[in-house]
Amino acid sequence: MASLVDSKLGTRDPKPLDAMTEETIQQILSRYPERRSALLPLMHLCQEEAGYLTEDAMRELAARLDLPPIQVAEVATFYDMFRLKPGGQREIWVCHNLSCALLGAEQVIRRLEEVLGVSAGETTPDGLFTIKRVECLAACGRAPAIQVGPDYYGPVSPNDITELVDTLRKQLTVCNQSSSSSLEADR
Amino acid sequence: MYEKILTKRFEVPGYRGTLGEYEATGGYQAIAKALKEHTPASLIELVRRSGLRGRGGAGFPTGVKWGFVPKGSDLPKYLVCNGDESEPGTFKDRELIMRDPHQLLEGILLASFAIGCRTAYIYIRGEFVAGARILEQAVSDAAARGLIGRDILGSSFSLDLHVHRGAGAYICGEETALLESLEGKRGLPRLKPPFPATSGLYRKPTVVNNVETLCNIPHIVMRGAEWFASIGTPKSTGARIFGVSGHVRRPGIYECPIDVPMRELIFEHAGGIREGRRLKAVIPGGSSVPVLTERHLDTRMDFESLATAGSMAGSGGVIVMDETTCMVRVGEVVSRFYHHESCGQCTQCREGTAWLHKTLRRIEEGRGRQADLDLLLDICDNMKGKTICPLSDAAAMPIESYLKYFRDEFEQHIVERACPFGTRA
Repeated sequence: MASLVDSKLGTRDPKPLDAMTEETIQQILSRYPERRSALLPLMHLCQEEAGYLTEDAMRELAARLDLPPIQVAEVATFYDMFRLKPGGQREIWVCHNLSCALLGAEQVIRRLEEVLGVSAGETTPDGLFTIKRVECLAACGRAPAIQVGPDYYGPVSPNDITELVDTLRKQLTVCNQSSSSSLEADR
Repeated sequence: MYEKILTKRFEVPGYRGTLGEYEATGGYQAIAKALKEHTPASLIELVRRSGLRGRGGAGFPTGVKWGFVPKGSDLPKYLVCNGDESEPGTFKDRELIMRDPHQLLEGILLASFAIGCRTAYIYIRGEFVAGARILEQAVSDAAARGLIGRDILGSSFSLDLHVHRGAGAYICGEETALLESLEGKRGLPRLKPPFPATSGLYRKPTVVNNVETLCNIPHIVMRGAEWFASIGTPKSTGARIFGVSGHVRRPGIYECPIDVPMRELIFEHAGGIREGRRLKAVIPGGSSVPVLTERHLDTRMDFESLATAGSMAGSGGVIVMDETTCMVRVGEVVSRFYHHESCGQCTQCREGTAWLHKTLRRIEEGRGRQADLDLLLDICDNMKGKTICPLSDAAAMPIESYLKYFRDEFEQHIVERACPFGTRA
């Protein structure tokens, strides 16, 4: 696996993941008649725990599911949500697809880049946020739309960005998922 | 005033879609009724007679699809709910999942009973983080009440239901790509035949139905096929949830009879065009379908009427654009999306989507050449009807339609070497 995907992989993480405990794996495997179906659910768990899919996690997943490592790597690189290197604690997903673009998504992205001081695709130096351009989030009724974890924000205007970022910062510091922004977060 | 069906409970004050609330408003009566009054065959016949057609995009008759599953075979069968809603402009399934999850679960129970399956999966889009949690809670609540699991409601019908999250790939909304993904692979569409009804998930007979499609089933069971067929037209029956977005005053989801006129949907329900501007173009069924213009406003939204007008009903996502919209820029955004989402299996799609996007970007940025317009049409022609799945067609058809109705605008970009609408949106 290493020779094929090394350039995209992050640093090694020696800490064993809870997502890889026998209990978790058995519980997920019990839903499917074939082991391989457990791959995406386990990848999600590994990523939630470590922040990204570490090379060790992918190797171990391959071993646990009796798959050649390349079959884990090809899945990890196919799907947009899997991260192969560390990113911000929160990914800010900004839709740039049609309904959002018609109502100013590019201006929203530019303002977000200004406020956070990084470009879309990059992570802030403090490691808190990554801006990600994403395709339609199925929130077109509230375009331009932003999603952070389970929360949706919209319609968002460039003028709302400072407040949105403040809200997200507070959430991170208090580690409290509830949002108090006047930009109503809707789950 | 039209009586809402699928979104009726959304209007109940304080309704959050819990099991208790769903039951208190008539929920889970359809599965009880079906287990008492129906055989799997009679339930399939009921849905066939209702005329219900799939709400995911293709509009295939649901009862007919169920009828393709081989009967009397010992093979395990699967029902998979397609909750991978990703077609740009479409946002109805997410609302159905989040606001009334048990309505969907009851639809899944009924469909599973009809096709004789014991294990069903909800494949939900990976980005629907909150939606997946809501569904997992709903499944666990329903199981605790004996509505999912062994011998449901004292019958011999048993069903296990699992929520399976995708991980960000538009192509997984195509049913065979979805099945590959559910098997733990990359979402590459399969060559058909065989169709999923005979060889689907784990190569076993499988039915894949969209969220909104399944949500209709409890209502058909309770109120009958004739009632359902009385709404809409003889060929497009029932109601549909339209998502209206773009330059309208009140964007949102609107449940209407499936043959609602486009004018009524946009100007009455969605409040008309913002700031009194003039309507320029409408994409009536998600970004994959050909665009229509002001002169098509009296077209009805059912499958046949939109096809006659030269477009498609698709997924019910209606994107409205006013006179300030640059259609080249629209083409650039739409083609960027399909280029990003092409799985790369077929040359025509992999290369064609990239080429379309590059050419459209060039024109929008004022670097277009006269030959580019014929080039675009040539690329589209080479992309259509030549690939394993319809993504390639979905990328080509909209661009052809923008050129058909707005060719002048493309030419203006090329002649003036700039976008006449000024700064890029």
